[in-house]
Amino acid sequence: MAVPDSGDDLTRLTATETAAKIASGDVSAVEVANAHLDRIRAVDGDVHAFLTVDEDGAIACAESVDDKRANGEPLSPLAGVPLALKDVVVTRGLQTTSGSKILEGWIPPYDATITRKMREAGVVILGKVNMDEFAMGSSTENSAFGASRNPWDLTRTPGGSSGGSSAAVAAFEAPIAIGTDTGGSIRQPAAVTGLVGHKPTYGGVSRYGLIAFSSSLDQAGPFGRTVLDTALLHEVIAGHDPMDSTSLDVPVPPVVAAAREGAHGDLAGLTVGVVKELGGEGYEPGVEAACRAAYAKLEEMGAKVVEVSCPHFGYALAAYYLIAPSEASSNLARFDAVRYGLRVGDDGVRGLEEVMSLTREAGFGAEVKRRIMIGTYALSSGYYDAYYGQAQKVRTLISRDFAAAFETCDVLVSPTTPTVAFKLGERVDDPMAMYASDLCTLPAPLAGLPAISVPAGLAAAPGGGPELPVGLQIMAPALADDRCYRVAAAVEAALGVLADKAPLLEGAK
Amino acid sequence: MTVTAVSFDEVTERYEPVIGLETHVELGTKTKMWCGCATGFGAEPNTQVCPVCLGLPGSLPVVNASAVEATIRIGLALNCSIATWCRFARKNYFYPDMPKNYQISQYDEPICTDGYLDVEVDGETVRIEIERVHMEEDTGKTLHVGGSTGRIHGATHSLVDYNRAGIPLVEIVTKPITGTGARAPQVARAYVTALRDVIRGLDVSDVRMEQGSMRCDVNTSLSPSGSGVWGTRTETKNVNSLRSVERAVRSEMIRQAGVLDAGGKITQETRHFHEDTGETTSGRSKEEATDYRYFPEPDLVPIAPDPAWVEELRQTLPEPPALRRKRIQQAWGVSDHDWASVVNAGAVELIEATIAAGASPESARKWWMGELARRANETGTELEALPITPSQVAGVQALVDAGRINDKLARQVLDGVLAGEGSPEEVVVARGLEVVSDTGALGAAVDEAIAANPDVAEKIRSGKVAAAGALVGAVMKATKGQADAKTVRELIIQKLS
Repeated sequence: MAVPDSGDDLTRLTATETAAKIASGDVSAVEVANAHLDRIRAVDGDVHAFLTVDEDGAIACAESVDDKRANGEPLSPLAGVPLALKDVVVTRGLQTTSGSKILEGWIPPYDATITRKMREAGVVILGKVNMDEFAMGSSTENSAFGASRNPWDLTRTPGGSSGGSSAAVAAFEAPIAIGTDTGGSIRQPAAVTGLVGHKPTYGGVSRYGLIAFSSSLDQAGPFGRTVLDTALLHEVIAGHDPMDSTSLDVPVPPVVAAAREGAHGDLAGLTVGVVKELGGEGYEPGVEAACRAAYAKLEEMGAKVVEVSCPHFGYALAAYYLIAPSEASSNLARFDAVRYGLRVGDDGVRGLEEVMSLTREAGFGAEVKRRIMIGTYALSSGYYDAYYGQAQKVRTLISRDFAAAFETCDVLVSPTTPTVAFKLGERVDDPMAMYASDLCTLPAPLAGLPAISVPAGLAAAPGGGPELPVGLQIMAPALADDRCYRVAAAVEAALGVLADKAPLLEGAK
Repeated sequence: MTVTAVSFDEVTERYEPVIGLETHVELGTKTKMWCGCATGFGAEPNTQVCPVCLGLPGSLPVVNASAVEATIRIGLALNCSIATWCRFARKNYFYPDMPKNYQISQYDEPICTDGYLDVEVDGETVRIEIERVHMEEDTGKTLHVGGSTGRIHGATHSLVDYNRAGIPLVEIVTKPITGTGARAPQVARAYVTALRDVIRGLDVSDVRMEQGSMRCDVNTSLSPSGSGVWGTRTETKNVNSLRSVERAVRSEMIRQAGVLDAGGKITQETRHFHEDTGETTSGRSKEEATDYRYFPEPDLVPIAPDPAWVEELRQTLPEPPALRRKRIQQAWGVSDHDWASVVNAGAVELIEATIAAGASPESARKWWMGELARRANETGTELEALPITPSQVAGVQALVDAGRINDKLARQVLDGVLAGEGSPEEVVVARGLEVVSDTGALGAAVDEAIAANPDVAEKIRSGKVAAAGALVGAVMKATKGQADAKTVRELIIQKLS
């Protein structure tokens, strides 16, 4: 049921404001859900963020929040707030594809741990959003279901692989979203759509129920239009999970408190290291200028800004493109037509291996096949030491670079991406150019460290068109996610919330 | 190529066998290796499964701590070093009964290494060196339907049961066993037998080869005598009994010698053992076999057993089977041959418990290995599954010792106990089985027997006391076995002298 007049207003609210209005009874969770469902109907034809919209599930969840409130039961901080969920996170009873034809129509019989946590917190899951197939890509152009579009310029990418998450939040289809980040898949989309996106410390958020791309790198994390919204969602999904052996049994870093504290704009005593290697050739001048301006703001707020060198960051891309494909080649082996998903050529005559081959041939896209082949090669006997083994050593060296830098700095900063959002189609035929989108975001996951992207203003778009968002990346030591939020909140306080300046899109009015 | 037929004796004249054994043991943990699913044998297909053991997208493994403990105990019992830090690895290959299309196993960092197990062959001790003991997960079971062979070739479709997928598996790998010559087949069997006894003693698996909870792959190669150069090895699978272990080694030695004698080469391959023919046939060739692309399992954290805990586990190890055997054999006065049959019948613990309940070693062994073994055989059950306890068996013997029943009546008492009629005492009372030794009551029966057999009576009167046996038999028949034979005999002689 559409709510006349109020619809647009409700979608413009932050998650924090929405939750407060629901808690105070100003508005019902069902009204909020309907406003967002209306917005999806109005703009998603252009944006193409959603793969599955779960109207019934969303309304049912919103109703239960309203019932709780009516019964005087306590509501969690994000109760009734709508959310867009990346389609890599399994949802009981709701199709989960990981952006791939091979899983089209698969209805999981179980919930991911983070799905369960969000349901328990009364977060209203509007549906599942687009992504590069199996999270492999930086533009959503590798989705089997078509690319999503950047609300700032519909001819450009919203980033990837969590481009459905960024597009949905930037287009006001949802105030918050969940993405996953393996090499930058939360931070890069957040940067190019003017959002806040955080990759937690590895082990900080359960991976149980995330369709694995690269197990030693994958982390789910939050998107929001504001730092506080992002932190609130972080606290809902974080924490130890006995179902994930790599999940850390430690207290969740106080990210919400840090976001509130950072908003005061006082960074006295904080040392910020600007990573020398993440800049220069290949970086757009507009991006570098915006980041430099942000560093100046940090200094104004009392931080000491220094340059640091991380000499091995230059090898991160090469190491990443061996480790992630290697793990992926194994993780994706289970898609074999035997138990679930696509099955091609099972005519009663063809043998098992042929059916498996035909299914994988038809079900996987080109980039996925490319990475399975790279990974299979890198793990082969006789090549393992030279490729996978060597890449693991590089990983250790990158960790040492971080450790050395954190001896003198509290956080490290860089642009999140070398460029603003690129045009759809521009890099699809050039995998190396596509991979370069992740240059700045790769080192943190290789070392398991937390990193956030926060808007640093706008920059000119090469090739013309409207000015586009630039993201500033803030990296911190393991389990110091709160530092990322604190500095990000200070930047946001200094520069303002960028997402509010996003175009309203046709049909929004 | 023509293959020369060779006898086993000829093989060992010209060749020295090198064997190696890889034994898989399913652990008897309550739950699976990575999830909380039950592990019971024989459940309806696909009823003991969950997202984790079905390998559904997004699911993750969590190590079963009891399985780690059981593996360490096996390693300790096999005199292995226990790693202070080790990892799991993925072994990648496609097969539909393996839900993830990789098996989580251990590769270059096994939890237990460098142990040994001493086994006895023909009264001589042979030390089998253990290379490694590692943890992994079992696969599901595939049933190929529609073909004549039950193999995938020719089948119209296949059914997969994932109940077994993810059950904890321990693999025990020997170092190459050399210098055993003609005894190689026996050594192989003795090793697997001893390994089974060790693991059974630890109570970590039911180690039943016929149910697949213990499975053995046998590696065999031949080296021309004195050459010191090892030949190409084959790996024989589907070896499902102790007897088959011995037969598989023997038949593979004979086959390989035939190929070599004819100037042929041994192909490195997997071979399948056939219980019916006792021979092996070629399976998948190792040359075209998969490159498993092992790499450390990123979904699991390394295992670092605390050395103090490992020491605690070492203190709780049971008496090693070889020592225990020596001790018990001596106490019971049992020959090697008889011991083997007691072990094979699974009667050692039952007899021990019966002795503990008061029976003599001899009588305890007599009941379990005689009457009760026969009944177990008849009903196709294991001895320990019979509905009778060691203390009940001891109770029956106590009644015999007290002269209240004889051996024949004792069998009827066992019948009653097995039929659930209560304790031996209760069965005796309920069935009225007590021996009649009251001379008054027996007198009439004796008189009748004398009257009915005048010839025999005459012989006895004339001093041929040995003839009394015929009359005793008649009395026993008349009293349905309930008379005390000794008393009857005395009565007869008394009446006729």
